[in-house]
Amino acid sequence: MGRRLRWRRFVSNFMLAMTGVCAGVSVLVLFLILGYLLFNGGTSINWDFFTKLPKPVGETGGGMSNAIVGSGKILLLASLFGVPIGFLGGIYLAEFSGKGTASIVRYAADLLNGVPSIVIGIFAYSLVVLPFKHFSALAGAFALGMMMIPITLRSTEEFLKSVPRMLREGAMALGASKWKTIATVIVPAAYRGILTAILLALARVAGETAPLLFTAFGNRYESHGFAQPTATLPVMIYTYAVSPYEDWHRQAWAAGLVLLGLILIINILARTILSRGIAVPRS
Amino acid sequence: MQASTKPELSVNIVTNVTTPAARETAAALPMRMTVSKVNFYYGTKQILFDINMGIADKRVTALIGPSGCGKSTLLRTLNRMHETVNTSRLEGEILLDSQNILAQDVTALRRRVGMVFQRPNPFPKSIFDNIAYGPRINGYKGSLADIVEKSLRNAALWEEVKDHLHKSAYELSGGQQQRLCIARALAVDPEVLLMDEPCSALDPISTAKIEELMVELKNLTTIVIVTHNMQQAARVSDFTAFLLTGQIIEFNPTPLLFTTPGDPRTEAYITGRFG
Repeated sequence: MGRRLRWRRFVSNFMLAMTGVCAGVSVLVLFLILGYLLFNGGTSINWDFFTKLPKPVGETGGGMSNAIVGSGKILLLASLFGVPIGFLGGIYLAEFSGKGTASIVRYAADLLNGVPSIVIGIFAYSLVVLPFKHFSALAGAFALGMMMIPITLRSTEEFLKSVPRMLREGAMALGASKWKTIATVIVPAAYRGILTAILLALARVAGETAPLLFTAFGNRYESHGFAQPTATLPVMIYTYAVSPYEDWHRQAWAAGLVLLGLILIINILARTILSRGIAVPRS
Repeated sequence: MQASTKPELSVNIVTNVTTPAARETAAALPMRMTVSKVNFYYGTKQILFDINMGIADKRVTALIGPSGCGKSTLLRTLNRMHETVNTSRLEGEILLDSQNILAQDVTALRRRVGMVFQRPNPFPKSIFDNIAYGPRINGYKGSLADIVEKSLRNAALWEEVKDHLHKSAYELSGGQQQRLCIARALAVDPEVLLMDEPCSALDPISTAKIEELMVELKNLTTIVIVTHNMQQAARVSDFTAFLLTGQIIEFNPTPLLFTTPGDPRTEAYITGRFG
């Protein structure tokens, strides 16, 4: 065996090993976080955590029911606001707009997607919090909804565009108008991809803290309706983690675990949707 | 040209006809569609040049010619599918039942002139919903189950699928999918059915089934088929138009065109010297 060949084999094996190690590391990071959360937060999770309000400092026990409900409320409202705008905008982008308009909207959406979430928070603060003169679930939902728009818009566009042209022509040849073709063939053919993308967008904003700090703010108690300051899991984690109390630290870990569990559930839901229904075969 | 009861429609049916008898039979047929003086462009590029032809009612008319000769484009003008391309431009007149299709509502036109494509394109829905699609979007009020059964029977697919109408259309074989697409087109009861190389993606057995079906469908509707396969045109069609570089070189009753072509270029093509 010549020296050159040996050297080549070495480089080949070395690079193979490197790629494998890096792939392993990326998985490891997730499992380390998960393990750490389970180790630290697992012991503090009990039924009370889901059903009870936070206890004052010094008293042990209590839970974060208000933050769990608050997060759910804000995420729901954010989806109601962000998803329709992103979805219909995506339809416009994929089906109706000319090349010039499309590239402008697409570029704007990508920029909006890249706006730091804290800046979105400030924007929501000045637009919703200041005029109403208090923090509210509505303001938090507005901030998160804004973050959902570009993700929903772009993925709707992508999935609609991936529907084969021949399906469009098939519908049009049966006398379907453009709108009817979109509503009865194109969107149903793409809905699983779109729904998955929406769920992933939801999972992404579920963990956002910065835009909620000065919009939904936080609350030690339950908040009613959408006009009051509202506790959310990410903000709760932040508040509890920076506090000097041992008990609060444990609860912060528990909240982190619950949040991660929530995101995991959303992800699994998205995968389940993807594997069901009639898929358009790739040609 | 030949005198007949409908001179304005029969004028362009047949060109270069060698036998007067054949010309007479052809000219006596009622026309479902008439194409006159059609020029077609994509952008500045002209694809079709001065096309004149008639589509005989309840007959199969085949368009043959080498790749890029414009036969598919000509077919797509008949239900205005060419309009999906923004830069396309059509000059001339295309009549369906003596009415200019270019002046009609395009969705109404496509209900009357159906289309089957090169590759089977069932929707990602059940077999039943695929067939029911056309009637549904057109506001059909009667029994959908009846119309689905009738269409599947007419497309010779009923016996194979009757027990699993609610399965995905993608579970069918390629040939079955193409017959499903034919059934889907038939469900809106079209006056004319356009077929754009309907067998090019199918195996020989499925092809034979579809050819058999085309001959039977003549009782129901008028068929225009584009095909690469000359034997197919010879087997299923009553009239054949041979196109070359966007022009109709010869348009004749099929037996005549294949036995005694009226143009040396037709002869060269059908004997396999080019194309």
